[in-house]
Amino acid sequence: MRKIGVATRVIALAMLGFVSLAVAQSTRQSGFDFMQPATQALQKDDTQNPAMLWVKDGQAIWAQRDGATQKSCADCHGDIKRTRGVAARYPQYSAEAKGVINLSQQINQCRTTHQQAKAWPAEDASLLGVETAIAVESRGQPLAPPAQSQLVDAQKRGEAAFDRRIGQVDLSCRDCHESLAGKRLGGNIIPQGHPTGYPIYRLEWQAVGSLQRRLRNCMTAVRSEPYPYGASELVDLEAYLANRAAGMQLESPGVRP
Amino acid sequence: MARALITVPRTAKRGEILEIRALVQHPMETGYRRSSEGDLLPRDLIRRFSCRFVESGKTDDTGVIVIAATLHAAIAANPYLSFNLRAATSGTLAFNWEGDNGFSHREQVALIVT
Ligand code: HEC
Ligand code: HEC
Repeated sequence: MRKIGVATRVIALAMLGFVSLAVAQSTRQSGFDFMQPATQALQKDDTQNPAMLWVKDGQAIWAQRDGATQKSCADCHGDIKRTRGVAARYPQYSAEAKGVINLSQQINQCRTTHQQAKAWPAEDASLLGVETAIAVESRGQPLAPPAQSQLVDAQKRGEAAFDRRIGQVDLSCRDCHESLAGKRLGGNIIPQGHPTGYPIYRLEWQAVGSLQRRLRNCMTAVRSEPYPYGASELVDLEAYLANRAAGMQLESPGVRP
Repeated sequence: MARALITVPRTAKRGEILEIRALVQHPMETGYRRSSEGDLLPRDLIRRFSCRFVESGKTDDTGVIVIAATLHAAIAANPYLSFNLRAATSGTLAFNWEGDNGFSHREQVALIVT
């Protein structure tokens, strides 16, 4: 269905004379399009997608009072449905953090400053639950990084990192995710590396994981030392990936092999 | 605390065949894997799943088993089970997962048959 949608758009745009633009847009594909039909079916059906268990957790946590202030996320933000569009904007510049942060860092910022509770550690089930519950509200929204000069700088740093050859294998992110995209690496098909499905339920992890977990996996795969969770280098890469995928639809929670 | 997602049609016609879906959060640790430090990860499995049907107005223990299954190590984490059921009368579906380390999770869903 997705592919037909893209194809009709290409034809429509070609008729309008926007051929070059259409090609650039239509060549972008979500990792979803590279998956087996059985894995796609898991993602498409909320009653089967195991990530929905994390969403349910996150929705419960949204309403729980916590920390020294005994406030819940809902006390300040209202119904979680009101976060529609938020996940499609991150990473973004935060004046409070004086830097570019991703959605999980924003959530932890609210934990420490507004709830006066302890920050959740990286990949903590509660943190992933809340992040996924927020992301699900933006499903179908186009990725829309805001126009902020600090964010543009982060995107540029991220782009440089995307082009840098790393590890003993000496490959850049772009080598795999552009030149080799669609080809096989062992049993896996190399996707284009878009961040549209995150947080994802990965069958190999048997759990939900963040985009940073995925990026660290790619770094270890080429035998390079991955940046630690929360490192600004990873946020820069996330910022670049979001910009590279700008306009593509958010599909969290994705399922990946 | 475990979570489960159960999908049961809100209402059904008498005689209709329904598809029931049940997804539960559980690591299904096989007991054969090792941690990155090389230690054997202890087995932690759901051993048994059952769903009972309790007719409206009856007490819980009068329910009949609709389906029961024994689960083993080869089943993926967060097991998903679906089965069919013929709607006869209104009542409650009582789901129960039990396993290692005293794991127990119960949920009830009402079924209205018209
Ligand atoms: C050796 C090739 C290779 C390199 C180099 C590589 N990746 Fe990947 N990447 C993969 C493969 C293969 C997958 C998909 C794995 C799977 O099937 O789940 C993947 C998945 C991804 C995904 C998830 C896409 C999705 O649809 O879920 C992102 C994002 C990503 N990579 C970003 C990066 C970044 C950023 C870098 C550079 C730091 C990088 N990758 C380097 C091979 C590579
Ligand atoms: C005491 C009020 C308060 C509480 C409690 C609170 N927040 Fe916030 N939240 C804010 C404020 C104020 C901001 C604006 C940015 C900042 O201060 O970090 C914000 C910003 C956010 C944003 C970014 C919104 C956007 O449009 O970019 C998200 C997401 C968020 N909070 C999630 C949460 C979650 C999840 C919780 C519970 C774990 C929570 N917040 C608890 C006050 C609160």
